Amino acid sequence: MATTIDEATIARHANRRIRRSNNIAGWAFAGPSVIIVLGLSFIPMIWAAYLSLTDSNLVSPGHFIGFANYTALAKDPLLRQAFTNTLLLAVMYLPIGLAAGLGVAILLNQKIKLIGFYRTCFLVPFVASAAAEGILFGFIFDPNFGIVNAGLQAVGLPRQGFLEDPSQALAVLAIVYFWTQFGFNIVIYLAALQDIPQEVMEAASIDGAGRWARFWHVTMPTIRPVTIFLLVWGLIDVFQFFDLVYTTTRGGPLNSTLTLVYYIWELAFNFFTAGYGAAVAYVLFFTSLIVTVAALAYGRRRRVTL
Amino acid sequence: MTGAQTLQAEPEADPALHRARIEEANRRMHRSGWRRHLPRRGHLVLLPLSIIVVLPFFWMILTSFMTDTEINSIPPPIWPHHLYTGGYSTVLASSDFPYWFLNSLIVAGTAVIAQLVLCSLAGYAFARIQFRGSTVMLILLLATALIPFQLTVIPTFVIFKDIGLINTLGALIVPQLTSALGIYLMYAFFQSFPRELEEAGRIDGCSRLQVFWKIVLPLARPALAALGIITFIYAWNDLFWPLIAITSSHTFTVQVGLTTFQGEFVTHWSAIMAGTTLTTVPVLLVFLIGQRRFVQAITGAVKG
Repeated sequence: MATTIDEATIARHANRRIRRSNNIAGWAFAGPSVIIVLGLSFIPMIWAAYLSLTDSNLVSPGHFIGFANYTALAKDPLLRQAFTNTLLLAVMYLPIGLAAGLGVAILLNQKIKLIGFYRTCFLVPFVASAAAEGILFGFIFDPNFGIVNAGLQAVGLPRQGFLEDPSQALAVLAIVYFWTQFGFNIVIYLAALQDIPQEVMEAASIDGAGRWARFWHVTMPTIRPVTIFLLVWGLIDVFQFFDLVYTTTRGGPLNSTLTLVYYIWELAFNFFTAGYGAAVAYVLFFTSLIVTVAALAYGRRRRVTL
Repeated sequence: MTGAQTLQAEPEADPALHRARIEEANRRMHRSGWRRHLPRRGHLVLLPLSIIVVLPFFWMILTSFMTDTEINSIPPPIWPHHLYTGGYSTVLASSDFPYWFLNSLIVAGTAVIAQLVLCSLAGYAFARIQFRGSTVMLILLLATALIPFQLTVIPTFVIFKDIGLINTLGALIVPQLTSALGIYLMYAFFQSFPRELEEAGRIDGCSRLQVFWKIVLPLARPALAALGIITFIYAWNDLFWPLIAITSSHTFTVQVGLTTFQGEFVTHWSAIMAGTTLTTVPVLLVFLIGQRRFVQAITGAVKG
């Protein structure tokens, strides 16, 4: 009889069965997550692109108006203000935030006692909600009843307007923001420092490298990828700055703390200019995307030549 | 690495000189003699700094127990004269705070359970099962990290309004059911996880789901704990989306409710600080209990 099935066919069938079972199991396991995450990101993203070409008012879909929103935003003084404020926040916070994080991480990395206690303290502001912290600092910096002004008065200094003074509000927010993010920078830097092998430090030391030389020529190059990560992370985070503004100044006084995301929120959900809000959101998206990609490319190039 | 070569010490011709150099290096690296028993100088910076960092929270708790007259006196007292709980009773009795607290617990609790299940299933699939489209899907999932929520929020609001989710807790729960970060955390964990146990289970005749449930998940407890803590903190603290998706007071979360306090109680700071304290305590408790896992997770996610 010619019905004998050769071994190759059996193997082929078995392989196909395994592949099919893998496909079914894989999709059954990952499917729900994939559908939710992709469905809630790519579909709204494409929709937002369409919305940005309409005059939608959030309730009705609106009319197609081409690139009118984009030509309008190029001349929008409030958007320029929001952009400047957001960049100023980044400039005020990032260098100090990273340097201070690294400094404290270096102190913690000296096999110091109480390290757990310190780390807990520094992380508490990072873990508590920005809404609660905004309200708390609104109270602490309150021009009339706040403890900071009470302290200034006690040592004979003039009282300040803080969050109610257009020339100070953004700087005060930068300080509060620094306080909330400080612990994160410390913990990330500390983990990177702990990864530097002790032998490398000892070898550098035997070669006669002092404290500073070791810092500049061993520590800094080794943790450069982490620095770039924290820089990108910090920039993206500053670009999303909202909670603290909402709970303290609501963009004021005189728009001095108007940030990009606060402006988008106002446009879409307060003024109901959803189409225009979507256009501004796209500008924000492309700006942060370019920054991220540029920083990652820079990081990769530097790591290769290291 | 060219850097490593320059770090290599030249072999010394004279052994005595060699030893001297190593001693000199040791002296530079480590503290010697009696100084070793002193506390490190770092404490001089770290101790005051760590106290300054947590001071605002102590101030928050202290003022929540002060009367408004005490708070408004100039200068304010550092310590309340007696434990005044009027702020707390105002918050609990004459605002919707109890609803908000319960709503936040429901949203954060559901988010934690859903993410533990869905993220570990998906992470396991991407780490272990070779299925059609897995690579592309994983890349797409990770790419969503580059899409800011501010970009998708307007259409998400419109979609949720159309399907009737706006102003319900469902609107807050659905986006938190799973997350790209959670999937990535679990994926990275399962990749570093020995395969042998699962293969033994398969040979013993367990189905994939049985292997996952009975063998893999119990061993994944550290990663699950980390994911649960991060999810709880994030869901509890979220303000932007609840602020947009919820309009009626009974459905607010604590964070949204808290922002209405400033308008409602104006300068009734004792009540506002009581509300702020009650909002902060649960998340701090979760953090204090699980901080080792929390730190591992955030540092692990960066290194991976």
